[in-house]
Amino acid sequence: MASTSYKVIGTRPIRHDGTDKVTGRAQFGADIQLSGMLFGAILRSPHAHARIKSIDISQAESYPGVHAVVTGTDLPEQQQKVAHLGEGDVNLYHLSQNVLARQKVLYKGHAVAAVAADDIHIAQEATQLINVEYEVLPPVLDVLEAMQDEAPVLNDDVRTDSMAGEESKDPTNVAKHYFYEKGNIEKGFEAAHVVIEREYRTSTVHQGYIEPHNATALWNQDGQITIWTSTQGSFMVRQQMADLLKLPESRIKVVPMEIGGGFGGKISVYLQPVAALLSKKSGRPVKLVMDRASVFEATGPTPGSYIRVKMGADREGKLTAAEAYVAFEAGGFPGSPVVCACMCIFACYDVPHGRINGYDVCVNKPRSNAYRAPGSTHAAFAAESVVDEICERLEMDPVEFRLKNAAQEGTRRVDGVQFARIGMKETVEAIRDSEHWKSSLEGKYRGRGIASGFWFNVGLKSSVTAMLAADGTVSLLEGSTDIGGTRASLSMQLAETLGIAAEDIKPAVVDTDSVGYNDVTGGSRVTFSTGIAVHNAGLEMRRQLIERVANIWEVKVEDVQYEDGKVRGPGGKEFTFRELAAKIHATGEPITVKGTSGSENQAGAFGTHCVDVEVDPETGKVDVLRYTIAQDCGTAIHPAYVEGQMQGGAAQGIGWALNEEYVYDEHGAMRNATFLDYRIPTCCDLPMMDTIIVEVPDPQHPFGVRGVGEVPIAPPPAALVAAIYQAVGVRMRELPASPPRLLHQILQR
Amino acid sequence: MAKKRIVTTTINGKETQFLCQPRQTLLEILRDDLALTGSKEGCSNGNCGACTVLCNGKAVNSCLILAVEAEGAEIETIEGVAPVDGLDSLQDAFLQQAALQCGICTPGFIMSAKALLQEQPDPSEEDIRFNLAGNLCRCTGYDKIVRAVQDAAAARQQV
Amino acid sequence: MHDFDYEAPVDLDTALRFFAERNGSARVLAGGTDLIDQIRLGRYAPDLLVDIKKLPELNVLECQEGGLRLGAAVPCSEIYRNETVVSGYEALVDSCRIIGGIQVQNRASVGGNLCNSGPAADSPPSLIVLGARCVIASAQGQREVPAEEFCTGPGENVLQQDEVLIEIRFSSRPPRSGSHYRRFTPRNEMDIAVVGVGASVTLDETGERFVDARIALGAVAPTPLFAREASESLTGQPVNDETIARAAELAQQAARPIDDMRGTKEFRIHVTGVLTRRVLAAAIGRARGEEEGTRIGH
Repeated sequence: MASTSYKVIGTRPIRHDGTDKVTGRAQFGADIQLSGMLFGAILRSPHAHARIKSIDISQAESYPGVHAVVTGTDLPEQQQKVAHLGEGDVNLYHLSQNVLARQKVLYKGHAVAAVAADDIHIAQEATQLINVEYEVLPPVLDVLEAMQDEAPVLNDDVRTDSMAGEESKDPTNVAKHYFYEKGNIEKGFEAAHVVIEREYRTSTVHQGYIEPHNATALWNQDGQITIWTSTQGSFMVRQQMADLLKLPESRIKVVPMEIGGGFGGKISVYLQPVAALLSKKSGRPVKLVMDRASVFEATGPTPGSYIRVKMGADREGKLTAAEAYVAFEAGGFPGSPVVCACMCIFACYDVPHGRINGYDVCVNKPRSNAYRAPGSTHAAFAAESVVDEICERLEMDPVEFRLKNAAQEGTRRVDGVQFARIGMKETVEAIRDSEHWKSSLEGKYRGRGIASGFWFNVGLKSSVTAMLAADGTVSLLEGSTDIGGTRASLSMQLAETLGIAAEDIKPAVVDTDSVGYNDVTGGSRVTFSTGIAVHNAGLEMRRQLIERVANIWEVKVEDVQYEDGKVRGPGGKEFTFRELAAKIHATGEPITVKGTSGSENQAGAFGTHCVDVEVDPETGKVDVLRYTIAQDCGTAIHPAYVEGQMQGGAAQGIGWALNEEYVYDEHGAMRNATFLDYRIPTCCDLPMMDTIIVEVPDPQHPFGVRGVGEVPIAPPPAALVAAIYQAVGVRMRELPASPPRLLHQILQR
Repeated sequence: MAKKRIVTTTINGKETQFLCQPRQTLLEILRDDLALTGSKEGCSNGNCGACTVLCNGKAVNSCLILAVEAEGAEIETIEGVAPVDGLDSLQDAFLQQAALQCGICTPGFIMSAKALLQEQPDPSEEDIRFNLAGNLCRCTGYDKIVRAVQDAAAARQQV
Repeated sequence: MHDFDYEAPVDLDTALRFFAERNGSARVLAGGTDLIDQIRLGRYAPDLLVDIKKLPELNVLECQEGGLRLGAAVPCSEIYRNETVVSGYEALVDSCRIIGGIQVQNRASVGGNLCNSGPAADSPPSLIVLGARCVIASAQGQREVPAEEFCTGPGENVLQQDEVLIEIRFSSRPPRSGSHYRRFTPRNEMDIAVVGVGASVTLDETGERFVDARIALGAVAPTPLFAREASESLTGQPVNDETIARAAELAQQAARPIDDMRGTKEFRIHVTGVLTRRVLAAAIGRARGEEEGTRIGH
């Protein structure tokens, strides 16, 4: 179906939750107020690596205004068990230790104890009265150092789980070794005319959502627990809470509040179980909200990395072989997204021979977590930078190189997966044909770079309920928390299916007791997968409407057609959706339908970015002059929010490329845990961001949707360093390419 | 504990009294005591602008003002922006331009933009970017926010 | 946050009495944009905050024959909103426009910026090059300290426990003078100077020779720094690339930076030279009354 035949899809209605969000009425996690509510505060480790010898909470417990104090021993002991959270798995033994440390603290900021009190000030004062005796241990902060035999080992229970077969008997920091191979790598490099091998480093970076983590819990006297929290997955919170507290899921209700950004960082629980324990002990509802420093120091940033990439191409510019060694800093506990990096690193290209080794390595930094296309940005930075050097060596246009080597339907990735219909090539063509690429870039110290990126996009499971009202509107209950406009994109798909206006759908994100199971809002899956659920619900509603009208008209179901929001029957009989809705109550049972999804897998998506920069050669400062993003979005449901995802993702990639990083001292303390010194871009740092929506529909989805959220963060670092090279002739192989680093390279030249 | 103070101030046009400790910030009182939770806490140290309110017509970070300092001041929060029968042109422009994704920064941006348009009814793109630099957004890349403020400025000129 | 009491006196004597009586447990609250965060972080634990914003002496902003008088509590945005009052003191305006975002500029005062005494503060280099004098009061009386002598270390200054900075005074600007302050920051706004450079120059009638020059540096030493040798090297010299380069070199020699999270020593020394050249060029342009093109963050 061509997109032009849609009535609702492709239009730009006002989002349903918009008014509440521009008037301040939307209730975000920290906005909740409950009768008798207490305020909590967390005591965090001042050390990056230490053994906890003792914790004395007696003074804090007797401080006036304090109602409860909890430590790790208040959580049930966990065995080694893996829980699946949709976008990643988690070892419950480690998760529990991360929520409240027991024997050891593994990073500065690691939660050790918590207090609930009459107000936040009392709670904070009381945390200072908790006496923790530590045996300070040497920290290890760098991935390569942590892999050495003599490095301090963080976790006694970690052995290398290897796909390559090696075994480790002793505890180690290397938790996982991934290994993928395709073809014959040696043969591939022999066939190459040009072989480039380079090393890359990236720093730890944070998602940087503006809303800090929060959780309010009520452990009711009947044993039922309610959690109000901003999360990307209310059902994942319920599952983690049940596992960590060893309770049945039915005892826990999670009420998803509006969420102020997540980008992968609000899937894992941090505060929720602690708030519940404090509530249990105090008998009152308890609210916990992180401060900004804790968000940086104690949530899940994305790892720093070491990546070595070797690629070869023949004289014509056809890739012959590609090899990568990828090591990620998992943080205090295993579980970095290094496996995704391995799968993404050569995904843009048809690589005949490949080999990828990936390592998940513990270091004394916060336990890392997903961040928008987790692992793909690191991977694209390395691989696309090597591609840029190959193009230079071959004197080949980088667009031509990409068109020649682009992955397409049927291409098998090095990790074995074969692509369905994808639009990598189309995004490169879109850049090639863009005004930006065709324009000439004039001026000194200016350069232009391009790079491509990939993200899988996941399917997973969703449920929705749709209820027809007598006035012709439809209420839509969903469980996918809305981070960036999915109430609108889902309502539009339901409206399209029913042939009514987007405004006639009333979407609501409801709690875990009020809608069927939904996987996480992540993996660029909601508009795709919950969209399929919504479409299924719409089809079911149509079916029931047809049945009803057949009854009313006393005709056969087969003789009724549903089209364009109207039902038509023999002899010119016709009802509009609204007319029919008005008859529902008088003619039978209410019409309430459900829709589910879960068997569909997305085909993956690609983007190609083009950037112009100007470098100040005397200070190393990079100004982004012009930026164009081309991305295959399958079908853009609400183009404005699709553009917004592309622009926002690119902005995060630009920040990562130029200035964002965790700066540590030698003791493992983060030196810049504020928005002043952790420099996410301000609006003075970015130009307008041009977008080109490429539409290669994904046949798995009824409207051809592909996820759009994650891809756009991957290309910017590689595109920017390519542009910087053109501007001043230095290749930045370490991120961020901050002014001191870039100036250093310029001065060394 | 230090003696609590009674503070008399005007909030969104209405004379308001509240009781506070000297160490409580204006943001804390607005959110926890006056139930005006539209002003958001993003960083507590003046770097993100999510708590922006107008104090005597000027944009300020309410996380860096003590509630006692509001004595006699005129405070305007996001809750006071919309007229009774609709939305302010800035709010409207943010919706039309899809200038928000998660929405947590939106109240702060609207307050900063309101202060800007009161002083400079016809700002250039650079003026807008400069004046909104104290407000961080992590979702949008700012493109649509800047356009929304441009649209709102144009709409106000027409009125 | 640490518990404290709050007073907002309306006359200076009452205010000074609090400080005389409190043995250092009282702190001045001006804009509060540094102080409130510092108390929250536990860096300071005062028992009393004395809000000085209601004191008339501290809100003065006027330019008379003797020069500019700037009350210590006047917020940065009031300074650039009154551009006619402060015309001629361009470096001061430059500083006020880049201290934090607009929300901070609407509260933060130059006096507070100086008293916070951060090595990277944006106003002290401008105060130094404009020859500002800090008027300090206590119950015992008043004294004046030149801006370059005010800060004594990171977060430290010449104020005694019972003293309050009440005003900053500037002499009138000689004809054919121009000044500029610029900092290097990785972001274009909302950032802290990795290097900050202020300069003020006075040219002769031809506009081709320095009569006088003052250069000051921020973020390259424990305190804001008056680059005396660099400044004096320009006196009586012709305006050209060589004299400017020489001054930049001397400014680099005066810098004593450290490596920290915001920049390396290497970077700071190099950029000190770069900015000194650029800032002098801009100050010269202003002294000559030339048009200027400004760009955010540069």
